[in-house]
Amino acid sequence: MANTALETTAPAHVAASGNRKWAIGFASVVSFFFILNKFVLPAANSDVQRFFNNWFSLTSMAEIMIWILMALGLNIIVGYAGLLDLGYVAFWALGGYVAGWLMSPFFSSLQLNFFGNPRTGFEFGIHFHVFLVLILGGVFTAIWGIIIGGPTLRLKSDYLALVTLGFGEIIPQFMLNGADIAGYNVTNGAQGIGGLDDVNLFGYVIGTFALPEKFLMVSLMAGAMIFFSIRLRDGRLGRAWLAIREDELAASMMGVPLWRTKFSSYAIGAVGGGIGGVGFAILVGGVYADRFNFVISIIILAMVVMGGMGNVWGVVVGATVLAWINSIGLIQVGEVINNAFGVKVNFPSYQFLIFGLLLVLMMLFRREGFIPEARMRMVMNEDKLEDEEKVTDETKIGHH
Amino acid sequence: MTSVASGVARKKKITTGAVLMKVSMVLIVGVAVYWLGLNLTNDPRQFAQVTVNGLNNGLLYALIALGYTLVYGIIELINFAHGDLFMLGAVFSFAVLTELLGAQSPSGTNYALLLVVLLLTMAFGATVNVTIERLAYRRLRTAPKLAPLITAIGMSFVLQWIGLKWIGSNPVNVNTVLPATSFEISGVIINFKTLVIFAITIPLLIVLAFIVNKTRRGRAMRATAQDKDASRLMGIDVNKTITFTFAIAGAAAGAAGIMWAQTTGTVAYNLGFQLGLIAFTAAVLGGVGNLYGAVLGGVIIGLIQSYNDGLAIGPGQRWSQTMVFTILILLMVYRPGGLLGETAQEKV
Repeated sequence: MANTALETTAPAHVAASGNRKWAIGFASVVSFFFILNKFVLPAANSDVQRFFNNWFSLTSMAEIMIWILMALGLNIIVGYAGLLDLGYVAFWALGGYVAGWLMSPFFSSLQLNFFGNPRTGFEFGIHFHVFLVLILGGVFTAIWGIIIGGPTLRLKSDYLALVTLGFGEIIPQFMLNGADIAGYNVTNGAQGIGGLDDVNLFGYVIGTFALPEKFLMVSLMAGAMIFFSIRLRDGRLGRAWLAIREDELAASMMGVPLWRTKFSSYAIGAVGGGIGGVGFAILVGGVYADRFNFVISIIILAMVVMGGMGNVWGVVVGATVLAWINSIGLIQVGEVINNAFGVKVNFPSYQFLIFGLLLVLMMLFRREGFIPEARMRMVMNEDKLEDEEKVTDETKIGHH
Repeated sequence: MTSVASGVARKKKITTGAVLMKVSMVLIVGVAVYWLGLNLTNDPRQFAQVTVNGLNNGLLYALIALGYTLVYGIIELINFAHGDLFMLGAVFSFAVLTELLGAQSPSGTNYALLLVVLLLTMAFGATVNVTIERLAYRRLRTAPKLAPLITAIGMSFVLQWIGLKWIGSNPVNVNTVLPATSFEISGVIINFKTLVIFAITIPLLIVLAFIVNKTRRGRAMRATAQDKDASRLMGIDVNKTITFTFAIAGAAAGAAGIMWAQTTGTVAYNLGFQLGLIAFTAAVLGGVGNLYGAVLGGVIIGLIQSYNDGLAIGPGQRWSQTMVFTILILLMVYRPGGLLGETAQEKV
């Protein structure tokens, strides 16, 4: 079982990822927006305020961070291991409900406080410390990743896509119908669970409306996810993922345990969704079942595909751009165009067309994404390569 | 992972995992049979009524499932856009029959118009499907599997957007040309609409089966599904055959669309997603790639959904979708090849 062959020839990009320049870049972007919104904007004149609120509102900046987290989680499954997951929203929902269950007065018959920070007058329910909730959210979704992946990872790739899609539909529906499971109110149904506890970090309380601090918090989470994504990819497990993505048969001959490797990509990818779910629940102060639908899964997939499957930076850029377009970009750009040409086009109503066409055109003309990884470009364009350049053979993700 | 053949015939190893699978499968089937039996003895009349309703939907599911199965059979693509094609068919029939021709109440001329528009809708569905294949899927035929799959998802969004722009975001009521009359056989109410569905879908299914099984084109389709290169060497025009398959699938979706609009009386732009998934489950249940499997699967899914929604002892309508997807997942775990198909396990 020894992977000596893999270990002695460390990939060339290990050296490149050794530098931490990205961390400085990421930190400066995050602190720019934090300082801007915390100190500069409240004192600025109304024109400046309006510009930033229209084009870079902090709410959508914080949401972008959540999308980055999600997209990087899915990237582990789709980009690294080459398994298609069409129900990633299930992990988002599960993570969100973990936060809803463990840091709110929802289970009113219980009174459990574990370093939590309940609001005065709402001491009943379960109140865990936010770090604990993050960990438990990750563990919980990892278990679900195993439950979903376990029995199905031996299936053909497109069957696997369907099973994940099925779970992506079932879990939000369970949350929606969960107000009465054999008489018990598990999820509070369509009303969702609101009134989450304020986060208490070592005595510093982030209030419900302290948006700059919340932004900082989710940015830290996204930064950690970027870090882990890069480190995982270069590690033994990450290289095993890339190997099975490119050629399952060859990988298994080299001693990569296929099932266990696929399994771990599912579980670890799910953790991203779970932690993102917790973060989003804290951000909006609650968790609401009707937000979790199939379109979300597809948008996350589009982020991964557009940016460049398997490449962390591609995915980060893809997530940022698409999330921005989705939340404010389409409205704002549309308004500018409407004003400039004196027309009245309802740009947000073109969302479906834009996402659909984006996916189709990307697949037709630039399958590897805008910021691809060199290896992925070869995998995705296998049919256009000369014989001797081929990295996959006919048995792999490839054709039939 | 697999052991090297040793030359000596060895006894098949019985693993705990395999035993667990068998036992749990028997358990699940047992619970389902018990549930149905309980309802049957509890209220036989209601059971029969729900069965009739289930057959009604099941035949429509079968028509949609047929398109999935044909396309999957020939190019191994889960055509996510197929459900939305069905939706566009429903919207098209609404626009032409109900709005343009003004056929909004039962009458002799309107029945004739219904048949004409049925053919038009089928032609419309076929055209749209062939266009999509021509523009997108054909260029990705040799690409890694992920590419056409994601393209199909993208196409599904584009078609949904067309539906959204066509009829708006709210469900639209359709004044159907089919009368709301019904009659009773020993307490079971049978709608006239149900009979119309039987009268239109069953001949359609027979014609489709005939095309695939008996005609030259059908033989070319089956040959292409088995081996594209060998078919090409035998002088079959593979591209034309695939186009033809998409045309048939589109026509079936169009027919299902107009039948849906006329019998349920509503169309909505997001109809296609849920129904497409249900129909795909039906196709998988029957054994994807198998024509009769799609029909069988469609009817079974229709029945199960109807039993779930309508029976007195049961989870009830709000779990309807969950039920269908649970079946999909259980199928994938226990019998990925479907009822009439062969096994589809990947060698690991």
